[in-house]
Parts: sequence; structure tokens; C-alpha cells
Amino acid sequence: MSNPIEVTLTHRMNLPDEENLLDRMAQGVVSTPMDRPEGPLKVSGTATYADEDHPPGTAYGWFVRAAITSGRVTGLNTRELEAMPGVLAVIRDNRMIRNPAQGGDAKSPHQGPSEVFYKGQPIALVVAETFEQARDAALAARPDYKDRSDRAVILPTRTDYEKPRSKQSSQGNLDKAMRNAAFAVDVEYDTPSMSHAAMEPHAAVAWWQDGRLTVRGSYQMLNSNAQELADALGISVKKVRILSRYVGGGFGSKLGIGHEGVGAAIAAQKLDRPVAIALHRRQVFEATHRRSETRQRVRLCCDADGRMTGIGHEAWVSNLPGETFSEPVTQATPFTWAGENREIGHYIGRLNLTGAGSMRAPGEAVGVPITDAAMDELAEAAGIDPVEFRLRNIPEADPSSGKPFSSNRLADCIRIGAERFGWSGRPKVPGSRREGEWLIGFGMSGVIRVNMLGDSTARVTLRPDGTALVETDMTDIGTGSYSVLTQIAAEMLGLPPDRVTTVLGDSDLPPSIGSGGSRGAASSGSSVMLAARAVRGKLAERMGCDEEDLTLKDGTAIAGNRQRDLADVLAGDILQGTGTIKRGAAEAHHRQSSWGAEFCEVAVSSVTGEVHVRRLSGVFAAGRILNAKTARSQCMGGMIFGIGQALHEEVFHDARDGSFMNRDLAEYHVPANLDVPHIDIELLMDDRDPYANPMQAKGIGELALCGTAAAIVNAIANATGHRFRSFPITLDKVLEKLG
Amino acid sequence: MRAFDYARAQTPADAIGTDARIIAGGTNLLDLMKLQVETPERLIDINHVGLDQVERDGDGLRIGALVRNSDLAAHPAVRQDWPLLSRALLAGASPQLRNRASTGGNLMQRTRCYYFYDLDAPCNKRVPGSGCGAIGGVNRIHAILGASEHCIATYPGDMAVALSALDAVVEVEGPDGRREIPATAFHRLPGDRPDLDNELQPGEMILSVRLPAPLGGRQIYRKVRDRRSYAFALVSVAAAVTMQGGRMDRVRLAFGGVAHKPWRVPAAEQMLAGQAPSAELFDRAAAAVLEGARGQGHNDFKIPLLRRTLAAVLAEAVQESA
Ligand SMILES: Cc1cc2nc3c(=O)[nH]c(=O)nc-3n(C[C@H](O)[C@H](O)[C@H](O)COP(=O)(O)OP(=O)(O)OC[C@H]3O[C@@H](n4cnc5c(N)ncnc54)[C@H](O)[C@@H]3O)c2cc1C
Ligand code: SF4
Repeated sequence: MSNPIEVTLTHRMNLPDEENLLDRMAQGVVSTPMDRPEGPLKVSGTATYADEDHPPGTAYGWFVRAAITSGRVTGLNTRELEAMPGVLAVIRDNRMIRNPAQGGDAKSPHQGPSEVFYKGQPIALVVAETFEQARDAALAARPDYKDRSDRAVILPTRTDYEKPRSKQSSQGNLDKAMRNAAFAVDVEYDTPSMSHAAMEPHAAVAWWQDGRLTVRGSYQMLNSNAQELADALGISVKKVRILSRYVGGGFGSKLGIGHEGVGAAIAAQKLDRPVAIALHRRQVFEATHRRSETRQRVRLCCDADGRMTGIGHEAWVSNLPGETFSEPVTQATPFTWAGENREIGHYIGRLNLTGAGSMRAPGEAVGVPITDAAMDELAEAAGIDPVEFRLRNIPEADPSSGKPFSSNRLADCIRIGAERFGWSGRPKVPGSRREGEWLIGFGMSGVIRVNMLGDSTARVTLRPDGTALVETDMTDIGTGSYSVLTQIAAEMLGLPPDRVTTVLGDSDLPPSIGSGGSRGAASSGSSVMLAARAVRGKLAERMGCDEEDLTLKDGTAIAGNRQRDLADVLAGDILQGTGTIKRGAAEAHHRQSSWGAEFCEVAVSSVTGEVHVRRLSGVFAAGRILNAKTARSQCMGGMIFGIGQALHEEVFHDARDGSFMNRDLAEYHVPANLDVPHIDIELLMDDRDPYANPMQAKGIGELALCGTAAAIVNAIANATGHRFRSFPITLDKVLEKLG
Repeated sequence: MRAFDYARAQTPADAIGTDARIIAGGTNLLDLMKLQVETPERLIDINHVGLDQVERDGDGLRIGALVRNSDLAAHPAVRQDWPLLSRALLAGASPQLRNRASTGGNLMQRTRCYYFYDLDAPCNKRVPGSGCGAIGGVNRIHAILGASEHCIATYPGDMAVALSALDAVVEVEGPDGRREIPATAFHRLPGDRPDLDNELQPGEMILSVRLPAPLGGRQIYRKVRDRRSYAFALVSVAAAVTMQGGRMDRVRLAFGGVAHKPWRVPAAEQMLAGQAPSAELFDRAAAAVLEGARGQGHNDFKIPLLRRTLAAVLAEAVQESA
């Protein structure tokens, strides 16, 4: 076959894009509820995840955990372990890491296996011929320590929080506004330490060939993961390839390179054979990341008409010493609701506890429900219906910066949602509706998640037979990347989707931002769109028309009154487009966010305090919806996550040493099927955000989670007449107030 | 998991009187072996010895030790005449686990205490004399009744709570022959030997469980937990109540999630029998059940929770069977 004819198209998102190009395409596949192309592989168990395919000669690794909370490892019974059946090596290498990298770090996390910062930290790696031998030997490890656990900080006191200046902001005079307000609330809420609990445990298989490392791992952001791994190993990034074809859920826990990737690479190098490491579920809990617990103080005030005049939101969070990430709890507070006086505080405690990292919708997931629940309290104080109260407080422009919104459909979501849900049937008096022992209540919340774009590149190859290949290092973590990227290329090239093959999850492919922060589909999708557009340009040349006048449909090219088969137009040539989207000024001048509203009906047992979610309904606006089915699934997943956040999820740390006590899925509770009622979802299919990207699409992956817990806790307040300010709302907390 | 020898028993006799550890469904034992909480050197697999039938035994029923939880719960005679047992079984675990879990294994399941599972934590049940991590630690799921200074763990299962209320009998055989242990006395309190969960002696095997004649009346199993399925009981109440002329006649009550064994208080049952139901009476019965109850901090709520749940269950039982 001939060499491809290459074309590139790079677009920097400086100006709004109102071209709405995808709306002018003829194939009609974007936005449809297309099934996942890889779905049959997944349901038949033939999509191989990281640890499901081992090269011949693979050895197996298992980490030794630190049994102290703080101190130094001074020795290990290495000889004894090495003498155990099948053991190949006991590795303590200075390149090993303390905790996984944070999303997008692109450099190694803190390294070294000797300094212990938290209980459960991997401090050695045992490699053996079989998985069972490795585990057995690792469990026989007896490290010597210089134990400084008595000086460990498990719970910070109220005084020793850092107060980074860049994370505090203030406008107007909140104290004064609070004093002069007709109604005000000043409340403290807290959320617990949580864990991502993705289905697939973290795993990596590493092998070296001719000085180059390949890692089959379970990762979300391959371009930065390769850099993190190279940096940890002290080698050039060119020497590293990461493969993550299928990822069984990440929720942020696989954003950065982890113990398994670095450990497997080091061991494979030392042993000169492939090494596989799959973390045990208990290790996933204690040795990846968690979501920080938060304590939040919210001050809100409004005038007699329920117009908000002030918002204060302070958050206390934690992380390991030296980590740059801290749960950005207040991320949506500057712009969501009106109020000219505003104060935001962010305080970080340094703990000897498993590191904190990004977990699904870092920031808004725990910040929005709490400001929203406090708003519900204020609405009640002001005697105004919660829907009406929120509608009165949607600002015209970002009240902190004065920037206009790129598009703000919050009011639409609230109105449509209230109608669909039957909000008018809400019990007017809290605690007034009863069915037998069950107290019934309705609640609602606004749903907000910032929208982001990340630099991304993709390659689209149109082959002589009129089929296309899409390639990028983007990952599909169960979200639907394979689907939407296939649809976008099919739309732009006028091909039925089954003539497009999408290849993802290989760091040798053109770099994308990866899956994280709800920007993957829109960012990598834009790069695919640009790559396909470049190809269209070439086809237009061959058809003798401008690209705008070219129609591609069902494998044919149409210009004026001429219609030709693509194979005919290509005449044996391969057209290869490389598209790149880059962040630009559009995001600097406009405030971008995805929006939604959720409504919930709960029943609370007056006997046991158990809370049942009976109905959950959400309306979402996230710009162009790329696939109605995968978008809906993302929203459903977010809402179920939110049920867990409201009612179930909590890591139990032993306050004496920080241990994760409930570190398995039997005792760390996420919602089970019976906890999840019918979930009703409406997507605003007509939404377009010109400032977001050339597809006018915004992030949807994390959106639905950012409010659910408030809808639930507000419904509980409506049902019982009591406010609950400590998540999760377990039955013991309810019982305490029911009396 | 430590390397172990494995043998398959063809008859119960192959498994009796050996020092090998019995494995049935494996849903509890294997998990514990992988974590090395349990490290048996020999396993004897009893899945092929028969004992997998539910048979009539006079007015009662004999349940083989290898009858799976899902089969037992679905058995027509059980559903008809001992619905309490069926309900308790269905409240436990998940369909996949119930398909595999055996009657004997379910009785023998070990505690879910977090510290018992954590090799680096002190635990008198796992390593006698090492201390108890749960006292002063995370103890939301722990006992409020019958605990000791050595162990505050609970027996976590559901089925045994119903068996206890139904006055079932566990039939076991050891090297010295067969014996019967009432379900109410099968599990023991921790005392200073928390390593011993129950009265089964080394070398003994559970052959079957016998249910006496049906109690009739209204039978309720109410399991209160942190999510609606696939979670162990914080508190469960098993109740069987018959009514006569507006008064409670026979009353059987057992409680799960609150002690090292299914908890039964005959005095509370007697207090109710022959009386007309009233909220005040239910309260007194609950007080009798809770005599000596003590919280450990995180689990203090179980005391009012048990009281409230019992009252609600009794109110429901007398109403519908009246
Ligand atoms: C995630 C999860 C959730 C669960 N939730 C619940 C719940 O909500 N409620 C509940 O009640 N249970 C629950 N279970 C526990 C489950 O019911 C038990 O694991 C199961 O009943 C054990 O039966 P098995 O046949 O698999 O036993 P095995 O694992 O095979 O054996 C368990 C023990 O019993 C011994 N044993 C087995 N048979 C005999 C015999 N005939 N004679 C003497 N000793 C014997 C074994 O030696 C071993 O010590 C849950 C389990 C899991 C994993
Ligand atoms: S309660 Fe019992 S099982 Fe739990 S740690 Fe204490 S001794 Fe061990």
C-alpha cells in the first residue's frame, strides 16, 4: 500500500465556535444512542483487562505493607523470604513510590521504600513464580522499624491546618451582610473519607524488550502516566509504553501511575522477565488514593425576598505531607449562586493517612451538595419554596469575576425537573407526610460541575476501501470513549459507524488529555473531529469543491450534483489527518460549567431510621450530547454514586493509627441494587456551548454526582423535619434525632 | 494462602475425626485462607458426601448440612411451615453466595470484626492473648450483649437467628459418635476463649439441622442494616407469634447482630405469652431483652435500635395474625 497522504489541523480554542459543524453533517450518528462497539467483548469476557493477559514467563509480585503509621523501615527478613518456595526476589528499591501520582502530574510521586508515612504503605515487593507464592511470602515478611507512630498525626486539631494564600478569596463584607440580612444560616457539615472502589483492582504487567519498557496497566491518563513512570525509573519517556485498552472503572483512582506500575517495571528489569502485579482489594483501599474527609462551614444570607446577599464557604481537608493536591471543595462556590459578599477559605491538614487524590468530581462532589443543603436551610428559614429560592438566585454573570457564562441552563434544568418530578406535590410542612412507619419527603438540588478542555491529538486514517481508523492514547474507563469517538469520525466522514474502528489506550498513539475531570470525551472528541475535518479537506480538493460544500454520507462524497463512492475518490490512496485541539482564550473570558437539577423522594423509617430513596430524577445540560445512551449511563452512574455518598460510603479509619478498617467491598458500602430506585434522566439535547470546543460539548461524566446527596438530604429534612449535617446519613444519626 | 493438602470425602465418615478442616461452599473459609486469617494445613471437601436433602422428620424437618441456602429458602415445606427460616436466609448475603453457601457452613461462619481480618491488628479470636483491637477501635458492628473484656465480636449470620427462634437442633457426629446441640446453645459467648465460636468439638462434623413441628402464627424476620441488601445485620429480630383470643399465645424471639451468638431471652417471651399486646408491654419485653446491654461507643445505637425494632415487629406480628 502507498504511504498515507498526511494532513494536519490544529485549533486553539480562542474564540467561540458557533459554526456547529456537527449539526451540518449528514450521517446522523452523533448524539444517537449507539451501542458500544466493544460491548460484545465486554459482556462475553473477551475484552482483556490489564491483568488478564500475561506474556509467557510472567512472574508475580505482591507488596509488603507497613504495619506502622509513621517511622522508618530498618530491615527485613529478606533471606528467609527468598528461601520460601518459588520466591525470585524481595525488592526494596529507591525508585519505589510512596503513593500514586496525582492526575496530570507528569512526574514521579514521592519515592523511597524506607520512610513510612501511613499504615498500609507498600514498603517491599516480593516476586515469585506464582501469585500464591508471592502472596504467601509477602505475608511472612517481618520488617524491622524505627517506629515513630506515637508522633503520627491521624486527626488534625483545629489549629494546625495550612492556609495557602492562593486558595483564599474574599469580596465585599460577608460578616456585615450576615448581620444585616433578613435571613441567614451559619452551619457546619462534614463528609467522610471515601474510596473510589472501582470494580477492577489496580494491576500492571511489565516487560522490557531491547531496553524499552511496556506496561499493560489500568490507567486513565496514558500520556502523563508514561512520563510519571519514566521519571520514577529515571529513564527517557521514549523508553516507556503503556497499554490500557480496557479499564474497569477508575473514578480518579487510576489518574496517576501507581505502586503496581512502578513495582512491576522495577521487578521486570531486575529479573529480566515479565512481572505482573494485581493489587488485592484491601491494598486498593489503603495504598491507592482516597477522597479526603471534609469539614465545611457555610454561611449564607438573603434579604426579605430571598435574594442572596452573601456566601461563605470554608473547607478543611487533608493529605499526606508534600502532596500538591487538596480536595477543591469550593470550586463551584465562586460562580454558582448570586450574592455580592463572598468569602472562600481552604485549609489543608497534613496527616499520616493514605494519600488523598482526585475522586469522581473532585471538589463539586462534596462541595456542591453542602452549599446546596445549606441553601435549602436558608430557603426554609425564608419561607420560600426551594425551587423558587434557587431560581431567584441564579446570577446573570459569574458574580466573583463578572465574566459572562458561556451558557447557563441551570434555570431550565430546575424548571423542567420540577415539572417532570411533580414537585408541586411536595409535602409543604416538613415531617407531615406518613405512610405507616415511613416518613415521606421531597428534596431537590442544583447540580454544577466546571467544564474543562485539555490539549489532545488524534489521528484519523481513511483507507482506500472507505473504512476509517481512529487512533489516540485516550482511554475508555467504562465511560463510552470507544463509542463517541467512533460516532464523531463516522459523522464527519459520512460513514456508517461499523466502518470506523477506534483504537485507544496505547501511549504510543497521539497524546490526549486522557480520562479525568470530565474532559476526555469533549477534548479527544474535538481532536478526532479536527483530524477528520483535515481529511474532509483533502476529499473536497478531490471533489473540486470547498469543504463547506462537501457532503459525506453512507460512504459517498457529494458535491453539487455529483456523488461518488469514497473508494473511487480515494483511488487507492490513504488519507491521514492529525487533529489537535488546544486550550485557548475562550475559557479565560467566559465561565464554563455543566448544569443540572435533581429531585428526590425518600422514605425514612420512624422505627429504625433507615432511609430509602424512592425516586430520583435529574435534568442535565452539558452542551452537545455525543451519545444519548452513554451520556445517560454516565448520569445514572453519578446519581447512584450520589446515593452512596448520601447514605452509605465511609471509610472507617481507626483513630489510633489511621488504618482503613473496612477495606473490602463487603464492609465498605456502595449502593446495592435494592438501594437504587428507578432513575429518571432528561438530557437537554438542544444545548450547545460555543466556548467549550468545536463540538460545543461539555463534560458529563461527573456532573450528575454533584448535587445528588443534597437532593437526598434535603428530602430527608422534608420527611423528618430534621437537618442532617454529617454524611453519610446512616440510621444511627437519624435515630438520634427522631428521638 | 498457605499451601495445603486437599482431599475429597466420599462419605461423612471420611471427614469425621480427622484433623483436616472441612470445606463446604468455601464462601467464608476461602476468603479467610487467602488473607491467612485461617491457615489450615489440610482441607477435606465434603461437597460430595450427600447430606444435601431436606426430608420430613415426623412433624418436623431434617435439613442436610450441604443443603444450599438458596435451595433451603425456596423449599416449599420451609416456605409453608417455617417461613421465618426462609425469610432469614433470603435476608443474607447475595443470590450468588446463597447458591453456594451450605447449611453447615452458614452456622459455622466466622465474625466480620474488622480486626479479626487484619493480620497486623491485635485480636484474641485470631491470636489468643494478643488483645482486642475492636475495644476502643472501630466497633460499629460489634456486640452490645454478652461481650467480654477479651472480645466484643458478633456472630454475623441470619439463618442461625431463625433456627434459634424455631428451637432447631444441630445434629453432629464426632469420633465418639453422634450428639445433638440445641441451636440456642450451638454458639457460645466469648468469655476468655474468644477463639472458640461454638460448641462443635475438633473432629466433629455437622450432619444436619432438625426443625421441630411448625410453630404457626405470624413469623417475621426484620433485618436492619446499612444498605438494603448485601450487608450484615446491625440488628435483626426473628419473631414467631401465635394469637389466641386477642392475646399472644406462643412467642419466640431471637436477635442477631448484637452478640457472639443469636440472642434469646426466654424471660421476655414468657412476659408476653398470654398477654394482650400493648406498647407498654412490648417496651418491658425489650427491657428484659436488653438487660445488661452495653455499647462500645460506635455501636451504642444498637440498644435503642433493638428496642424500637422489636416493638415494631411485635406490633406487626400481633396485628396480622389476630
Ligand atoms: C460478601 C458476603 C456477604 C455475606 N452476607 C451474609 C449475610 O448477610 N448474612 C449471612 O448470614 N451470611 C452472610 N455471608 C456469609 C455466608 O452466609 C457464609 O459465607 C456461608 O453461609 C458459609 O457457607 P459455606 O458452605 O460456603 O462455608 P465454608 O466457607 O465452606 O465453611 C465455613 C466454615 O464452616 C465449616 N464447615 C462447613 N461445613 C461444615 C460441616 N458440615 N460441619 C462442620 N464444619 C463445617 C468450615 O470448616 C469453615 O470453618 C456473607 C458472605 C460474604 C462473602
Ligand atoms: S472483637 Fe473479638 S474478633 Fe474483634 S478484635 Fe476483638 S477479639 Fe478479635
